[in-house]
Amino acid sequence: MTANLSAVFYLISGVLFILALRGLSSPETSRRGNFLGILGMIIAITVTFLHVGDFSSGFIYVLIFLLVGGLIGAFIAYKIPMTAMPELVAAFHSLVGLAAVFVAISAFLNPEVFDLGSPGNIKIGSLIEMSIGAAIGAITFSGSIIAFLKLRGIMSGSPITFKGQHYINLVLSLSIIVLIFYLCKTQSDIFFWRVIAISFLLGFLLIIPIGGADMPVVISMLNSYSGWAAAGIGFTLENSALIITGALVGSSGAILSYIMCKGMNRSFFNVILGGFGATEETSSAKGKEKKPVKSGNAEDAAFLMKNASSVIIVPGYGMAVAQAQHALREMVDKLKKNDIKVSYAIHPVAGRMPGHMNVLLAEANVPYDEVFELEEINSDFANADVAFVIGANDVTNPVAKTDPQSPIYGMPILDVERCKSVLFVKRSLSPGYAGVDNELFYRDNTLMLFADAKKMTEDITKNL
Amino acid sequence: MEIDPFIFRLSIFILSIFIGYYVVWSVTPSLHTPLMSVTNAISSVIIVGAIIAGLSGASQGIFNTSSIFGFFAIFLAAINIFGGFLVTQRMLQMYKKKKKNK
Repeated sequence: MTANLSAVFYLISGVLFILALRGLSSPETSRRGNFLGILGMIIAITVTFLHVGDFSSGFIYVLIFLLVGGLIGAFIAYKIPMTAMPELVAAFHSLVGLAAVFVAISAFLNPEVFDLGSPGNIKIGSLIEMSIGAAIGAITFSGSIIAFLKLRGIMSGSPITFKGQHYINLVLSLSIIVLIFYLCKTQSDIFFWRVIAISFLLGFLLIIPIGGADMPVVISMLNSYSGWAAAGIGFTLENSALIITGALVGSSGAILSYIMCKGMNRSFFNVILGGFGATEETSSAKGKEKKPVKSGNAEDAAFLMKNASSVIIVPGYGMAVAQAQHALREMVDKLKKNDIKVSYAIHPVAGRMPGHMNVLLAEANVPYDEVFELEEINSDFANADVAFVIGANDVTNPVAKTDPQSPIYGMPILDVERCKSVLFVKRSLSPGYAGVDNELFYRDNTLMLFADAKKMTEDITKNL
Repeated sequence: MEIDPFIFRLSIFILSIFIGYYVVWSVTPSLHTPLMSVTNAISSVIIVGAIIAGLSGASQGIFNTSSIFGFFAIFLAAINIFGGFLVTQRMLQMYKKKKKNK
């Protein structure tokens, strides 16, 4: 296959990837979009085989590795529970990152096959491109591993901070640039290995200070990095499919991080520098007398909801932890039988990754046209009778609107407090991730339901 | 003076960033998780580089350091491609509309 013909096919697969993302603008078109993405991938892989055209050597091994990897991937995709989606995505990011590093290494060791010159005499441009690709790939890899460990609960979700952390990161980033400079000057492989080693270290250090509930930002940011790494390799290989994909994925992740940061009213740097929620809690926890709290049981909750005409459900990370989505759907089914209008309100940063709650509700067979985003539903709280908050906390805290001193001030919140009554399913009165006490707990129209989210929801269903 | 081919690739790159920007803003927020898993899958198109490296063994024997890294990269990217697309498919199948008459 000529180089020109394969370039055309790579372009086609790039376009198919664009259409795959475009399909996600609505659930109806999304399945076709995913199919186009698969088609694009098949074209890219087939063209690569035909382009190399030499099946005498490694071909059989290439196929074996492809199939074994594919089988493992398919197995994971079918087995993984939906609640584990954030971890899975983090793990997948790490694989893209590591694959980028490996491709860069093989290009560096054997530049002839990629038409980049000969070992010790690689074109400067290619050298810069591949070392940038390798560096970002390595950062993505080690960063995603940390994100995975935190999401999985193997590593504590609380931020790990130490003095001078940011300076170390800065020095490391600068030294990567310096090393790439020397790599270009001397072509010596020692600098190439150092770039990769320092990048692994940097990825690790960048993510450890970031706390559990900031994971939506981290995971989108790593998504973005994996795209830029792919684009860097795409430049090295002069492959338009990779360049287009890298740019798409890079900007996709960047937009998601922006949306997540906005959902918390924090700047990107504030999140990345980390340590949020570690220091502020003392100020709000101290000096406040114990205020009375109304707490109830499943019967009270069932009674309130039975007499309501509209109920809005506010799910949060706690619902995912308790795996309460199916129990919740059963409760809603019962409510609907009593002609009560039910809708779901999703805060942009609810859960541990963008769209986390939506997937869980979809898994529990909740129709997606009953699920609303913050801006769509916020004005409806005033007309609703009951808000059922299950596993969410900070995203409902009215202090974000009233107290400029509060660390979450200015964060867009769901106006649950405007409902006639608020039911709060929570295990204890402990403050949420931001370390801020939620004044909603102490309001007259709030009824606290202290229990595990799943068990409480099941009990309410029995009482309906 | 001839234009360096790098400039053409840079143009593709920059324009694709803009395409990505507009396409991703039009993705409905409820599909943000599938968006992440599908971008994951497509960024594994990096496998094309790995395949070239893996097939390169002719002159230096099938297993040289470069091709071994290529094989590992194929393995990793393949996990991602199959896993990413299939898990996206699985998620998208769950998104259903309300049944009109019950």
